[in-house]
Amino acid sequence: MLRYANPAKFMSLSGAVLPWLAAASALLLAGGLYLGLFAAPPDYQQGDTVRVMFVHVPAAWTAMMAYGLMAAASLIGLVWRHPLADVAAKTAAPLGALFTALGLITGSLWGRPMWGTWWVWDGRLTSFLLLLFLYLGYIALWNAIEDETRAARAAAILALVGAVNLPIIEFSVDWWTTLHQGESILRRGGSLIAPVFLWPLFAMALGYTALFFTLWLVRIRTEILTRRARSLMLMGAP
Amino acid sequence: MTAFLALLSRDIRLAARAGGGAMLALAFFAAVATLVPLGVGADLKLLARIAGGVLWVAAVLASLLALDRLFQADFEDGSLDVIALGPLSLEATCLAKIAAHWLTTGLPLTILSPLLAVLFDLPFAATAALFVSLLIGTPAVGAIGAIGAGLTVGVRRGGLILPLIVLPLLAPAVIFGAGAVLAVLDGLSNGALPLLAAFSFAAVLLSPFAAAAALRLNLAG
Repeated sequence: MLRYANPAKFMSLSGAVLPWLAAASALLLAGGLYLGLFAAPPDYQQGDTVRVMFVHVPAAWTAMMAYGLMAAASLIGLVWRHPLADVAAKTAAPLGALFTALGLITGSLWGRPMWGTWWVWDGRLTSFLLLLFLYLGYIALWNAIEDETRAARAAAILALVGAVNLPIIEFSVDWWTTLHQGESILRRGGSLIAPVFLWPLFAMALGYTALFFTLWLVRIRTEILTRRARSLMLMGAP
Repeated sequence: MTAFLALLSRDIRLAARAGGGAMLALAFFAAVATLVPLGVGADLKLLARIAGGVLWVAAVLASLLALDRLFQADFEDGSLDVIALGPLSLEATCLAKIAAHWLTTGLPLTILSPLLAVLFDLPFAATAALFVSLLIGTPAVGAIGAIGAGLTVGVRRGGLILPLIVLPLLAPAVIFGAGAVLAVLDGLSNGALPLLAAFSFAAVLLSPFAAAAALRLNLAG
C-alpha cells in the first residue's frame, strides 16, 4: 500500500487506471440511467417520481463514503505524515460537499411532489445538512491557513473530530425527530424494493462510486502537478 | 496541580476584569433573547414553547463569542509559548482554559437563564429543566469550542471560521438541551438530560486532547 504512496509511482499508476475508471463510470451511469429512466416501470404509488431515487440515493451514499475516505486519509496523513494522504483528504472534501448538496437537492425535488414540501426536518435530511456544514467548515479551514502542511494537519484534526462526532449527531437528530414528529411522513419503509428498481439503483450506485473515484484521482493528480509546477517556478525564479 | 490552578485563576481574573468579555457574553445572551420576541411576536404561549430552544441557541452563540479569544490573546502576546514551555502539559492547559471559560461564561449564562425564562413565561418545572440542562451542557460547548479555537488560533479570519466549524458539532448539545425543556412542557419522561450529560462528559474528556494537538501544530508553525 505504502509503496504506491510515492507521488511518482502514484502518478504513473493512477494515469494508467484513470481512463478505465472513467469509462467504467460512464458506462455504469449510462446503463443505470437507461434502466432507471426508461426500462423501469413507474411505481404504483409514486409514479414517475420514483426515478428520482436513482440519482438521489447513490448521491447520499457517495457523500457518506467520501467523508469516510476523507477521515481515513486524514488519519493516515496525521499518523504517518504522508503528503499524498494530505492531498487525498483535501481533494475529497469538495467532492464530498458536492455529492452532499446533490443528495439534498435531488431529495428536495423528490420531496415536493411526494411529501408536498421542499423540506422537512426529518432526521435523515437534517443530519445531511449538518454533514454539508462539516464539509464547508473543513474546506474553509483549509483555505484559511496558508502553510500547506499546517493546513493539512489542522484540517485532519477537524476531520477526525467530525468523524467521532458524526455518529453522535446522527443519533441525536434521530432521537430529536422521533420525539417531535407529529404527523407521520414516512418513506415506503418495510416494503421491499422490487428487483426492477433494485438493478438500476445498484448500477447507479456503482456508477456514482466510480465517478467519485475518477474525479478524486483527477483532483489528486491536478494537485500534485500544481505543486510540482509551483516548486519548479520557485526554483526558476531569479 | 499548582500550575493548573494558577492558570485557571489567571484566566478567570483576566476574563472578569476590564477588557475581559465575560460580561459581554452575558449582555449578548440577554440581547439575543430579547430580540426573539420582537421577531416572532408577543404570544406568550408560543414564547413558552420556544423558550428552551431560543435560550439554548443564544447561550451557544454567547459562548462562541468569548471562545474566539480563548487562545488568541495569549497567542498574540506570546504568553501561550511561555505556558507551553512551562510545567503544565498542553492538554492540561486546554482543560484549565476550558474550565476558566466555563466559569466565566457558561456558569453565569446558566444563572441568568431563569430570569430570561420568566420573560418567556416558561413554567417553573421547565425552567428548572432549562437550568439543569444549561448547567451540564455548557461545558460541552466550551470544550468542543476549544477545539475550534485551537485550530483557528493565529489563522486569518479565524474568528469567522470558528463558528462554522464548531456549530455543526454542537448540534447534539442543542438538541438534548432544548429537548429536556420540551419534554417537561409535554409531560414526557425525560431521557434528554442523561444523554446530554453523557455527551458533555465525553466532550470535556476528549476535547483537551484534540485542542492540544491543534495548539501544538499552530505553535510549531
